[in-house]
Amino acid sequence: MYKILEKRRLNQECVDMLIEAPYVAEKAKPGQFIIFRVNEIGERVPLTVAGVDKERGGVRIIFQEVGRSTMELGAKEAGDYIQDFVGPLGRASELEQFKGKKIAVIGGGLGAAIAYPVCKAAHDLGADVDMIAGFRNKNIIILEKEMQANSTRCFITTDDGSNGTKGFCSDILQELIEKGTQYDHCIVIGPMIMMKVTCALTAQHNIPTTVSMNTIMIDGTGMCGCCRLTVGGETKFACVDGPDFDGHKVDFDEAMARSRIYATQEKHDKEAHICNLTGEVR
Amino acid sequence: MSEAKRIPNMTLKKTPIPEQDPQVRNKNFSEVALGYTEEMAHEEATRCLHCKHKPCVNGCPVHVQIPDFIAKVEEGDYEGAYNIIKQTNSLPAICGRVCPQEDQCEKQCVRGIKGEPVGIGRLERFVADKYMETEHPEVCPARTNGRKVAIVGAGPAGLTCAGDLANKGYEVTVFESLHVAGGVLMYGIPEFRLPKDLVQKEIELLVQCGVKIDTNMVIGATMSVEELMEKYGFEAVFLGSGAGLPHFMNIPGTNLNGVYSANEFLTRSNLMHAYAWPESATPIQVGKHVAVIGGGNVAMDAARTALRLGAENVYIVYRRSEAELPARAEEVHHAKEEGVQFKLLNNPTQIIGENGWVKAIEVITMELGEADESGRRRPVPVQGSEHEIPVETVIMAIGQSPNPLLRQTTPDLKCEDWGGIIVDPETMATSKPGVYAGGDAVTGAATVILAMGAGKTAAKSIDAYLQGKQA
Repeated sequence: MYKILEKRRLNQECVDMLIEAPYVAEKAKPGQFIIFRVNEIGERVPLTVAGVDKERGGVRIIFQEVGRSTMELGAKEAGDYIQDFVGPLGRASELEQFKGKKIAVIGGGLGAAIAYPVCKAAHDLGADVDMIAGFRNKNIIILEKEMQANSTRCFITTDDGSNGTKGFCSDILQELIEKGTQYDHCIVIGPMIMMKVTCALTAQHNIPTTVSMNTIMIDGTGMCGCCRLTVGGETKFACVDGPDFDGHKVDFDEAMARSRIYATQEKHDKEAHICNLTGEVR
Repeated sequence: MSEAKRIPNMTLKKTPIPEQDPQVRNKNFSEVALGYTEEMAHEEATRCLHCKHKPCVNGCPVHVQIPDFIAKVEEGDYEGAYNIIKQTNSLPAICGRVCPQEDQCEKQCVRGIKGEPVGIGRLERFVADKYMETEHPEVCPARTNGRKVAIVGAGPAGLTCAGDLANKGYEVTVFESLHVAGGVLMYGIPEFRLPKDLVQKEIELLVQCGVKIDTNMVIGATMSVEELMEKYGFEAVFLGSGAGLPHFMNIPGTNLNGVYSANEFLTRSNLMHAYAWPESATPIQVGKHVAVIGGGNVAMDAARTALRLGAENVYIVYRRSEAELPARAEEVHHAKEEGVQFKLLNNPTQIIGENGWVKAIEVITMELGEADESGRRRPVPVQGSEHEIPVETVIMAIGQSPNPLLRQTTPDLKCEDWGGIIVDPETMATSKPGVYAGGDAVTGAATVILAMGAGKTAAKSIDAYLQGKQA
């Protein structure tokens, strides 16, 4: 069992937790992920590591309560325990190469929580980092101060313009490129459609681009093959070959289709799950 | 037993083992075979000739003293029989169920020359089940010699190695990457062949003997082999990490929704209890028509699981003929009884999709040509014989290779190009001093009992190594 050391609600749908897992905290690097299971009948769900607190042996995760397991996790409080927590899995992001380079780190929605540690690590390494984060509206903006403090320039945009800047991350990036910023590399993390659109833009401008693929997984160690995707015509496993891949080579359409394999069951679960929590049928 | 007076039961056939009716069991996950009663076990035990040269024992990778335990069964001393088996076999209830006895002990049985061999597997299972029915006080030595050995992987190889080393007094910790110990016994072999609470009972017996099990520890990620030895004080390490990396066919459509590796399909059902969805949280998707590619035991397990999950038509698609099916004859027989349909001499050429989902599998008819280097006749495609089988689910059961994680993170561990860890076959020692390996991680996908045999050999070598290297 793994203790929840801290819980902080970032907005209506995003929760930040610090989970006690000293061995994982010791090893985890930006770009890697963990797998958690809330209870004995729980699913194994992957989440990217959002940070570590080595002193307390804690691993930070930030998640959106979008499905059965994340809702169950979100219902837990500091001091509670969860069944399983394993990691760090996957390859760490290769950030050393960005020392002294001009890069853009782009996070969409919850992806900002995953992009932020990458932004910070690259910034700490001495990269010149523009952080671009996009959210649906101003109420769900997360980690704004942290991102600002750990980047050269930070741009926050909203789909509806409610924070004063309207547009997608890719719109901001395009504007920056058009105004003359020359990027050596882009790192894009967020919903698959956002990564697809942004990669199409960076491909036009020949900017090498890394994406982080958040696929369905079971074991997270290369055993099931559920997380497979096509990269440059070859099948890769996101869990052991990734989760970072060359964004210009990923077959996003296939990856998006694969992410919907259990859409029917997820819908059922979500509805049934709300019943469990509130006792009402919705 | 007074040999002079004993006249063996010369019935040519094995005492039949009661089984669930095929048309009932193909809709549930309960065990297929129900096991012998005391009367049946006695009846079967009396068929043993107690040959002086014990050919059966030589057929057993862990050398269970078969005639001796059978004699105890005949006497009605089941505890005595259990103790004899347990001397060399750490997991009797499991071996009695999943060992390919027909290729091992029973193959060597003299009774098999004329008639059927003694049902050694059935008797082993009976003895183990009988033992587990009752509570037993702790029987293991509580003494420890204070020396630490790490086992990587809580599957059959690792658990056997752990049990043997704990019996010798070592402080053994088994590191398991999944959330539960058992390895392939938990994620791979289905409940209807090997009940999971039985696997857990066998593991509990090891824990009672002092074996520590640490789940959620991915060696190679959470900590390295190097760290186990340098930082955490383990004097020797056994690698029993199995062969978990699934193979896919390099044909169009492999990444369509509805295509599973057998590993994923079985893991969802067995380990994650997807058959109980939505009570359990992990879903599984099974169409009305399912094609399982491959002809081994894993393919049979996947096909029979698909039936139990509600598929109406389940096909085994295999490129050779029935004679070459690598699965155990018993598994093929059970699968057929339950309604699995065999499309032999067919090889998939592509998986056809519609809106991202599997709609059909295209196969080409094969015929058998000249024998290849394996001695089996090589399947050759019949030109222009491609045809479609409408299915919504395709399960690839064409083999697994060892997981690359350990070889990627242990620089001085020598491995074959295909991923198997290279060991000295006599001692199971790897190229890294103090590190031993065995089971599927070395051989590629093989059987539970071979993995257990390797675990046993490694335990002996680790003991000898540590005796020679005083703490």
